[in-house]
Amino acid sequence: MSDQTQGGAHEHIRVPRYSGSARINHWIVAISFVLLLLSGLSLFHPSLFWLSGLFGGGATVRWLHPWIGVVLVIGFIGLFVRFFWQNLPEITDFVWLARIRHVLRANDENYLPELGKYNAGQKFVFWSQTILVGTLFVTGVGLWEAGLGYFETTLGFKASIEQKRWAAVIHASAAVLAIAIWIIHVYAAIWVRGTISAMTRGFVTGGWGWRHHRKWLRKEVGRGHIERSRVTAAE
Amino acid sequence: MFPPIPNPTAQSAAAKFGEADLLRRSASTVTPPAKRQTEVAKLIDVSKCIGCKACQTACLEWNELHEDIGVNVGVYDNPHDLTPNSWTLMRFTEYENPRSGNLEWLIRKDGCMHCEDPGCLKACPAPGAIVQYSNGIVDFIHENCIGCGYCVKGCPFNIPRISQVDHKAYKCTLCSDRVAVGQGPACQKACPTQAIVFGSKDDMKQWADKRIADLKSRGFDKAGLYDPPGVGGTHVMYVLHHADEPHLYAGLPDTPRISPVVEAWKGVGKYAGMAVIALTAAAGVVHHILQGANRVSETDEENADRLAGGKS
Repeated sequence: MSDQTQGGAHEHIRVPRYSGSARINHWIVAISFVLLLLSGLSLFHPSLFWLSGLFGGGATVRWLHPWIGVVLVIGFIGLFVRFFWQNLPEITDFVWLARIRHVLRANDENYLPELGKYNAGQKFVFWSQTILVGTLFVTGVGLWEAGLGYFETTLGFKASIEQKRWAAVIHASAAVLAIAIWIIHVYAAIWVRGTISAMTRGFVTGGWGWRHHRKWLRKEVGRGHIERSRVTAAE
Repeated sequence: MFPPIPNPTAQSAAAKFGEADLLRRSASTVTPPAKRQTEVAKLIDVSKCIGCKACQTACLEWNELHEDIGVNVGVYDNPHDLTPNSWTLMRFTEYENPRSGNLEWLIRKDGCMHCEDPGCLKACPAPGAIVQYSNGIVDFIHENCIGCGYCVKGCPFNIPRISQVDHKAYKCTLCSDRVAVGQGPACQKACPTQAIVFGSKDDMKQWADKRIADLKSRGFDKAGLYDPPGVGGTHVMYVLHHADEPHLYAGLPDTPRISPVVEAWKGVGKYAGMAVIALTAAAGVVHHILQGANRVSETDEENADRLAGGKS
């Protein structure tokens, strides 16, 4: 999309949005999420058991899935620490939410308040995934036949079978919600053109900031945190 | 005395049941055989058990299992619980009967009940890891087992155990390999008092009736058969002197059934979950078709440049 937003005779500013380490952190979480999704779904519904073939069979899925989960949890803690402050709720979030129908229309953003780094939708993704990842971790440990013993010894707690039954239901429910929210997250990044470069190359165009996160753009400009880009039409 | 099952001949015999006789197969749909085999059952008469543990030894022997040497904590139960190697276990209870004032030693041989509606099989996500033959035997097929432990959650009797060695689930097979060639289970064969008998389920019920009548004549007026309807009946049944209080026998469930939590998870939950995921994805597609892409305009870029004070 860059040819449309940055093209023509002009050279526009661009604004760094994610540092290299934030991007690496994000993609570690993203890749482990997708692997967890595929391996988890293979054990969720018999019609999807074939997905276990991608990992080398059901037994491999069974031991691998919890370990990928551990990777995701560690990665997610990194993302949480990085983005926590900018995801605290603000008054403008409620205005934005009250005008959600303008958000959902493609070219109707003049009715929306100027926003900081994240809008209420992004904050919803952040906080709901925080809660769901936490839930998935706790219930997942309860379902981890090979690893539960370690946690039980460490914590001095013995999970009953009834608790494990609930863990299974809650784990599956939380996973379904996390997948649904992940779909919203991916869709929003695709629908709002010019977003993905923030997580690939680390920057967005000034126009993207002006359109979607104007308060953030003003702050970045004020800090001089912009690039007078040498972007050419070819990029 | 119940007529003993004759010893086998030296000639090899074809298996009496197999793949073609599957009533259920985990995480798969099977067409049940047109004709169901005679249902078999093991009848455990708790009142006749002397607690010798010959059944436990026979089980280890026949199935080539080795239990670790344990620790004596002052009870007769040995090992302390079912394990991946001990598929059956005598559970000893000392019960002071408030009506008679007698101390009763209740010894129950615990192990898989071979439910008609097996919770383990319902919970299992691995195709073909748990099967139910039309004669009622519920068996674990270890090459298909992935070690997830869902069967443990599905079982109303807390029977399956996951091996930390090969990460597969183990439980009593009802000696399906012996039954397939016309023999009874090893534990039944070894029992010196016929506290364990094996045959068709109908025959076992009839035999149980005689035993119950005998127990009632001896003052156990609540004697009865444990064949719990909550799991569709079982293919391992108990004769209990206190059939009105199964929990006296080391916590045998009074009214076992597959947990509603497991039913929800493996029933409506499976479909609801898939629906939520599919609907969310579909909503995205529909939204994009209706609204098109949300693009940044050239004006936006110029506004940003102006804000930055640069020449655009």
